[in-house]
Amino acid sequence: MLRLTYHGSTNIPVEAECITPDCLSGKSPQEIAQLPVQYGNVSVPLGEFFHVQGDASDGQVLVEGDTSRVKLLGAGMSHGRLMVSGDVGMHVGAEMTGGELIVQGNAGDWVGAEMRGGRIKVHGNAGHLVGAAYRGAHVGMRGGVILIRGKAGNEVGAGMRRGLIAVGAVGDFPGVSMIAGSLLVFGSVGLRPGAGMKRGTLVFAGEPPTLLPTFRLACVYEPLFLTLYLRQLRAWNYPVPERCFTSRWRRYSGDFVALGKGEILTPA
Amino acid sequence: MLLKIAGGTVYDPANGVEGEIKDIWIDQGKVIVPPTDPEVRPDKVIDASGLVVMPGGVDMHAHIAGPKVNLARKMRPEDKRKAGVVRRTPLTRSGTIGSVPSTFATGYLYAGLGYTTAFDAAIPPLGARHAHEEFHDTPIIDKGFFLLFGNNHYVLRQIQANEPEKLRAFVAWMLQAAKGYAVKIVNPGGVEMWKGGADNIHSLDEKVEAFDVTPRQIVRELAQAAMELRLPHPVHIHCNNLGLPGNWKTTLNTMDALEGRRAHLTHIQFHSYGGDPDDQGKFCSHVPTLADYVNRHPNLSVDVGQVLFGETTSMTGDGPLAYYLHKVSGRKWTNADTEMEAGCGIVPIRYKEKSFVNALQWAIGLEWYLLVQDPWRIAMSTDHPNGGSFLAYPEIVQLLMDRTYRQEVLKRVHPRVLERSTLKELDREYTLNEIAIITRASPARLLGLKHKGHLGPGADGDVTIYTPSADRRAMFELPRFVIKAGEVVVEQGEIRAEVYGRTLHAKTSFDAGIVPDIRKWFESYYTIQFANYPVDEHYLAHGATPVEGS
Repeated sequence: MLRLTYHGSTNIPVEAECITPDCLSGKSPQEIAQLPVQYGNVSVPLGEFFHVQGDASDGQVLVEGDTSRVKLLGAGMSHGRLMVSGDVGMHVGAEMTGGELIVQGNAGDWVGAEMRGGRIKVHGNAGHLVGAAYRGAHVGMRGGVILIRGKAGNEVGAGMRRGLIAVGAVGDFPGVSMIAGSLLVFGSVGLRPGAGMKRGTLVFAGEPPTLLPTFRLACVYEPLFLTLYLRQLRAWNYPVPERCFTSRWRRYSGDFVALGKGEILTPA
Repeated sequence: MLLKIAGGTVYDPANGVEGEIKDIWIDQGKVIVPPTDPEVRPDKVIDASGLVVMPGGVDMHAHIAGPKVNLARKMRPEDKRKAGVVRRTPLTRSGTIGSVPSTFATGYLYAGLGYTTAFDAAIPPLGARHAHEEFHDTPIIDKGFFLLFGNNHYVLRQIQANEPEKLRAFVAWMLQAAKGYAVKIVNPGGVEMWKGGADNIHSLDEKVEAFDVTPRQIVRELAQAAMELRLPHPVHIHCNNLGLPGNWKTTLNTMDALEGRRAHLTHIQFHSYGGDPDDQGKFCSHVPTLADYVNRHPNLSVDVGQVLFGETTSMTGDGPLAYYLHKVSGRKWTNADTEMEAGCGIVPIRYKEKSFVNALQWAIGLEWYLLVQDPWRIAMSTDHPNGGSFLAYPEIVQLLMDRTYRQEVLKRVHPRVLERSTLKELDREYTLNEIAIITRASPARLLGLKHKGHLGPGADGDVTIYTPSADRRAMFELPRFVIKAGEVVVEQGEIRAEVYGRTLHAKTSFDAGIVPDIRKWFESYYTIQFANYPVDEHYLAHGATPVEGS
């Protein structure tokens, strides 16, 4: 296992795209310490901010210390496991295609933005735009799993097309412009969930949100797929309340300003 | 500085030079007669033996500066993010690429491709200042722009009132005020109708409400004005009904409406469709009919607007067209109205090999290149970035020079293209000399640029030197040297000097008696003060070349 210990004390964000198992495996600690990271508008060696110990030949990387200002950790990673013991800055796991990324603390905005595969676990809270499409793009997350124990901000799953996001609570516009995929929320929900969604599934297992007038009640039922999803979440040690397994669900169709093939499920 | 390009195989079709080994001498930025005195020593010699020497490329129809181009850059961060970047070097500035490169990148990329002159084809006069400011930051190439006139209210009023003299004076005044190069017509009358909330215009004889004029009149009167003003380039027409199946009839009617007057029909590929707007299944090519008409009418010239497969951004002064594309594709859309003058729309677009419509568009463009007999009346273009980026020109060269390659691509695309176009029967291959014509000599001649597109004495010292190769795309993608005004600016893809080209605009004169009338017009209707409207010389700080017609 490779151990990177952050010892910086700057307020300026550090962009460390190189911290992925893909990039770090097969390199000596000296080589790793020389990899460039972006510090404000200059490029500096990684060693200026991190102590490097061990090696990543087993695909395992541990990042310690207060990395709340370090951005792009695990961005684009395709295999292995990246563990972050504290908080982490924006774009963690963005565009990743495989492997596992675990954040023990809180994460910034854009967790797993436009990711295509792999799994991200955040034990704390996350910022806005989890699994979202970057500005200008219309397709967000295209595969993989994001599990956030705490709450997240606005526009979670914006433009999402495939994959699964589970999160404790969300702000406004969860699943906005969603093309397909699944977003499960177990706590509170902000305004306008599913606005402009074409297809896909939004499950609000906590307090039922106020829905837009462009969603219509279709039926009350017990969807089998949801039980399977919830069981899988438990298998991944994600806390799922027992009542979710016994509840009946209201299915709302929408958003009828878009294609209208999406659904929102709330407990009946 | 005296530069000698020694021993190259020269293709200079304007001077009847086809693959002759000769020296080109350039002094103070201009090609000179080779000195007979053996004592004259050049300051620099480029050994071009074994290499192909051509005049610098001329792109007569692209969208590279001004309000709509900049809107497109802002609208598509996702396109920028995935594309490469141009890194800063001690000599050059940084920039972004994608389908709409940033200003500095545009200059470097054109130069890197061996192009030394390019024109933006659609600037609303009110956006002229902005376009000149972007030109100021577009290095190396000489450049100019065409001004939109086909939906300008003053123009429509003068046509309505049958005042050809006032129209002519206004056109001349406007070209001078905005420092524009030519008269451009975009969807004559249709943009104005659509802006007013009515339906687009679909034929040459529908009336533009409120003005009581028809597209036929607009085309005819502006062509006449451009002719009488002896502008270097005749009227440059984007016909009505762009992109609609069945529009070939409109295109033919537009050609007829000119009644023998000189005109250039642009991105003609988009205007050559048969079929029915309501039934995609009937979509087909109508190039043979139109190309035959062009072949028989020497007053007409065209550029193609070739479509190439991939992601790009459509941008046009044809507002209703962009709305149509947005409705068809469901993708994001910008619309802008330039008061009194023009419209504008921008939509991202992806051309797919497996799409019947896109593949047929691709084939139709190639049919045009192969069916127009006189290469002096056709110019290479992709209508950058509408059909594809100008960076795709080497791909077009390959498609034209190598029919085996062309047939291979034809096999890959949607199979119905085989029956709906004549492309599979066309086995013409372009020669290197013909490529030199359609990429530099002919556009320069059509634009009335006597000092461009050739290497005779007095021509600008703009030269591109290629390493010959059977792989034509590779050959044209990476010139060995590019020389601008006698200075080596690119060597094997590397920028060697950052020079700034000049702005080309039409030299016109007009009866000053018109000015009070235009002033009154501005004071009555514009949100901008008349005195603030004209662009003064300060905006052309890298130098300007007024071009006279003949």
